[in-house]
Order: sequence, then C-alpha cells, then structure tokens
Amino acid sequence: MEKDIIIDLKNIDVSYGENKILDNISLYIRDKEFITLLGPSGCGKTTTLRVIAGFTQPDCGDVIFNGKKINDLPPYKRQVNTIFQKYALFPHLNVFENIAFGLRLKKKSDKEIKERVAEMLELVNLKGFSKRNIDSLSGGQQQRVAIARALANDPKVLLLDEPLAALDLKLRKDMQVELKNIQQKLGITFIFVTHDQEEALSMSDTVVVMDNGVIQQIGTPQDIYNEPKNAFVADFIGESNILDVVMKEDFRARFSGHTFQCLDKGFGTGEAVDVVIRPEDIVVTTPDKGMISGTVTSVTFKGVHYEIIVDIRGFKWMIQSIHEQQVGDEIGLVIEPDSIHIMKKSIYSGKFGDYSSFSDEIDHLSDIEEEE
Amino acid sequence: MSTKMNVSSKIYLGLVYFFLYAPIIVLIVFSFNESTSTSVMSGFSFKWYGELLRDADTINAVKNTLLIAVVSSVCATVLGTAAAVGIDKMRNKYLRSAIMNTTNIPMMNPEIVTGISLLLLFAFSSQLLGIKNALGLHTLIIAHITFVLPYVILSVLPKLHQMDHHLSEAAMDLGCTPVKSFFKVVLPSIMPGILTGFIMAFTLSLDDFVISYFVSGPEWQTLPIRLFSMTKKRVKPDMYALSTLIFFVMLVLLMLINFMQARGDKKKEKDK
Ligand SMILES: Nc1ncnc2c1ncn2[C@@H]1O[C@H](COP(=O)(O)OP(=O)(O)O)[C@@H](O)[C@H]1O
Ligand SMILES: [Mg+2]
Repeated sequence: MEKDIIIDLKNIDVSYGENKILDNISLYIRDKEFITLLGPSGCGKTTTLRVIAGFTQPDCGDVIFNGKKINDLPPYKRQVNTIFQKYALFPHLNVFENIAFGLRLKKKSDKEIKERVAEMLELVNLKGFSKRNIDSLSGGQQQRVAIARALANDPKVLLLDEPLAALDLKLRKDMQVELKNIQQKLGITFIFVTHDQEEALSMSDTVVVMDNGVIQQIGTPQDIYNEPKNAFVADFIGESNILDVVMKEDFRARFSGHTFQCLDKGFGTGEAVDVVIRPEDIVVTTPDKGMISGTVTSVTFKGVHYEIIVDIRGFKWMIQSIHEQQVGDEIGLVIEPDSIHIMKKSIYSGKFGDYSSFSDEIDHLSDIEEEE
Repeated sequence: MSTKMNVSSKIYLGLVYFFLYAPIIVLIVFSFNESTSTSVMSGFSFKWYGELLRDADTINAVKNTLLIAVVSSVCATVLGTAAAVGIDKMRNKYLRSAIMNTTNIPMMNPEIVTGISLLLLFAFSSQLLGIKNALGLHTLIIAHITFVLPYVILSVLPKLHQMDHHLSEAAMDLGCTPVKSFFKVVLPSIMPGILTGFIMAFTLSLDDFVISYFVSGPEWQTLPIRLFSMTKKRVKPDMYALSTLIFFVMLVLLMLINFMQARGDKKKEKDK
C-alpha cells in the first residue's frame, strides 16, 4: 500500500430506508491532493463527504485515515474540517469569533488566537472584517469566512461541499483560482464537491465521477475527458457524439456507412460497443473529401467556434468548427483514428441519444435546476 | 360615503375598546378613591395601596406567588426546552405529530378539569406514599410546571425549526462534543424562543387561579387566591388596588413578550 495515502474508503455502503445512496464506494485519496467528486445532484457526493467527516455512519465498509480505521471516531475527533454547502456560519458570533471558534475549543492562548485569526483573514483577503456581523456580509465574504474558520484549525484534509455553487459566475471563477492557490500554499488535501464539470476539470488533480451512488470513473482531468469509461462519463463531461457501434474487427469500427481506423484495442469482431467522438475532433471538409457526409441542420455562433449540427443517416452529430456553415449545406467529415474512443457497453449505453433535441435553452434550464 | 363609513367604523372601534377596557378603568379609578364607596369618588389617595403593603397576608401571598412563578417557570423552561429539542430531533413524522398533539391537549383542556385531576392525583399518590397534608408549596409548583410546560415547548420548537441544522454539525466539525455544540451554538440560536417561553410561563403561573385553588391546601395562598378570599369578606378598595397592581404587572409582561416576538420576526425578515 502506498505511503502517502491519507484517506482510504473501502467498499462503503450507505442506505436510507430502501434507498441505496452509496453503493460500494472505494476510493483512496493521496496526501496534498486536490480531488473532486463530480456528479449530478442527488448522486451521493454530500453523503460521501459526510462519511469522511463522520456525520454519516456507513452501513458497511471502512474509512481509513492515515492507515487507521476511523469508522467509530466521532466528527469532533477527526482531523478533517468541512465547508458546508450553505456555509453554516454561527449567526450569533462575529467574524473574529467564528474563525476563532475551533481555536478556543483547543484552549489556545488569546495571543495565539489573535495571530492565527489575523493570519487567516489575510489568507482569504478579509483584513479589517474581524468585528463585522455575519449578517452584514455578502455571500462571497461569508464563503471566505467559512474557509478561514475551517482552515484556522489546521486540518489535514479540507472537505468542500459545492462551496462556489451560490456565487455568480465572475466571483466563482475568481474563487476557483483563489481556492487552488490556498490549497497549494498550505499543502493540504482538498476534497471538493461540485456538479460543474468545467470547475472539476480546471481545478483538480484527480476527478471522481459519480452517478447514482456509484463511482463511474476515477482519473486525472485529461483521462476523464479523453478516455471516458462509459457513456455516462462521456456525456456528463463536455459535449460528445455517442454512437452505438459494432466492431468489424479489432482496430476497425464501422458506423455511418464507413469503416474507421482506430487506436483503441482489445475488442473482438462483432462486439457491440459505444463510440465517443468529441465535437472539436471532427474536421469539416467538402462532401467528396469527407469519410462521411451529411446536411447541416443548425448553426450556432459560440464566440470561439461555431456549433454545427449535421444530420448523417438520421443521426445528428455535433461539430465544433471555426468555419461558418450554412443550414442546408452538404458537408463532409474527416475523423482521425486518435479521435475515436471506444468503450465497452454499460448500463448507460443507449441512454444518451444524438443532438436531435439539442437546444441551448434546455441545457440552460437543467443547469438552473441543478443549482437549486 | 367613504368618510361616513370611516366615522362609523371609528365609532364602532371606540365602542369595542370602551367595553373591553371600561371595567379595568373603573377598577383603576376606584383604587385611588379616598372612601370605601363604590359609587362616589370622594378624593384621590394612595391610602389603599398603603394599607395593602401593611397587610401581612397579602405580602405573604405576593411572596408565595413570586416564589411559585419563578421556580415553576424556570423548571418548565428547562424541561420544555429539552422536550422541544427531543421532539425536533424526531425523524418519525407520525410519532412526532402524535407527541405534538399530546402536548397541545392540556392547553385546550378546561382549567377546572386540570385542577381537579391534579388534586385527585396528589390525593391518590400521597395516600399511596402515606403522607398527610399532601397539599402545599410542592404541589402548587408541580401543578404550575405541568400546565405551563406546553407553552414553553410551543415557543421553543419554531426556533429550532428555523435554525440551520448544519450549525451544530459545523460546531462538531470544529471540535465540539455534541453537548458542547448544543450549549455553544444551538442554545444561543434558540434563546429568543426560550426567553419568550419563560416569560409566558411566568405570566401564566402568576395569574393562575383555578388550578392553584385546587392544589394549594390551607397553608399556601397565592395572590389570586388571596384576592378571591378578600371578595368573600366586605369588599374594600384595597382589593381594587391589588387588582390594579396585578393588571399592570401583566401588562408589562405581555408587552415584553410582544416586543420579543416582534424583534424575532424582524430579524427573520432581514435574514431573507
Ligand atoms: N438524511 C437523509 N435521509 C434520506 N435520504 C437522504 C438523506 N440525505 C440524503 N438523502 C438522499 O440521498 C441522495 C444523495 O444525496 P446527496 O449525497 O446529498 O447528493 P448530492 O450531494 O450528490 O446532491 C439523495 O437522493 C437524497 O435525497
Ligand atoms: Mg450535495
């Protein structure tokens, strides 16, 4: 077993009544790592954090901290601190006393407490706020107080439950950078929860994709994006064209009326698989030069690129291209072997169709729903 | 047309308040009467208030009433708060609403029924334990705790409900034991509800007559009982003086409760 593993979850199950919330979660977390639990809302991210913090007892499985089993250790004895989804600052205490809360419990001297709180306020850019009431702070400032309060205790591991979900976009981007800086400066482990894939990819060393209480994939952001394990991960992270395909033989997949060369190996002749092709990996040419061709059905300008939907034999592909196309145009597509990612069939196969019902509005609506 | 309506509605309002407050105003006015007459104001004086202060029985009754009110409201506040915390923690919805109903019924129960049943209980249990003269201070206190308890529970519960339940978890996360987190975080958050409940309990205990009458025994007179016994003798204005004083004490306490509730509501609005 590796030495620098700080937390190790082994086969954790949690159920509430009939509902299995976490199903056989196994996950190890390295010291000083920025790890993100990513998944749609209700998939069990908060519950996983609560198991680590000690607020939820797993039905079975072990929680190992620094090589010791801590299943029965109560939250107040664990060397982890949490930043709660709604901050949970103490309304009857001012900023200073909120941050000093943990230190006072440890019976630190007044001088020590003063220094530590000042240090923390500086770290989160809230100098001069120590006498302020919690009610008088903006959401972003409350967020910083929550971070300072947790970090003042000098935890080995910081748990952050969707800490940025309530902030507006601009502030969220700033805080992403700031959190990452704090983590690197202090050199402690961050376990970060989010349902925002962009946030997960840009901040983390390791991403854990969850759905329905099951870990779907663990890997670096690049792994997760480039080598999704199944259709769920491919669909959840970024845009993707997911096709239902039968292998001609290893290294050769046939779809949309063309046999494509590919690099992923280990698939037998006639094996049914899912194929993922990212919209930005597809090259647009004229119909005669393309491997396959189809009709443009919609074009949306996105700033950096155009989002083009192409109908090829009834399947609607999404393509991202810097060249504009006109609706109704006939275009050809070229897909290089390294752009084709082949996945084994899973329970998610066939759940994610093409882009025929795609519209920005629907995407936007579901975003709002998730933030609730 | 509308001004006419306005005038008549004002007159109506005036009448309502007149009938509501006329008895008390008459009471207050006659408590300052020189003579014992109930019809003629013969002059202004504090004579009856002075007489009241010299009356040992009355002073004794005031002392008893205050003692009972303080002890029973403190006990009920502690017990009621603990009960509210327990009820709030309950997961089972049906059990919870069953318990809430059980809590509410004694408030709806006619006081005289509560009084008689308590008397019966005390008589029965003292016989069982072989105690003579069971009624006294302790039965008064027990009875008062019993009937004010639901009011405390009902004023603490909503505060617990409003509280962010992650607060006590946050406290534990930072190193508090569950008990410590209750005293350091939960208690300060629900304090307004506890104080309201306490004052309400105090007020109710102070002015209770019916239940006290049944469980007080011969030795222990509370103020309302003393007042009642005074009415059996010749009616004297010192009674009015005493009633006036009680009225003002109640007024102050009620204003205090209203003030605290208004402050709580304002704070809630601000939070939103
Ligand atoms: N205390 C609880 N009792 C019953 N169900 C719960 C409880 N806490 C969470 N759940 C359920 O567990 C599932 C996962 O919840 P959670 O871990 O909060 O998801 P996430 O944080 O990923 O949105 C949800 O379906 C939720 O309804
Ligand atoms: Mg959550």
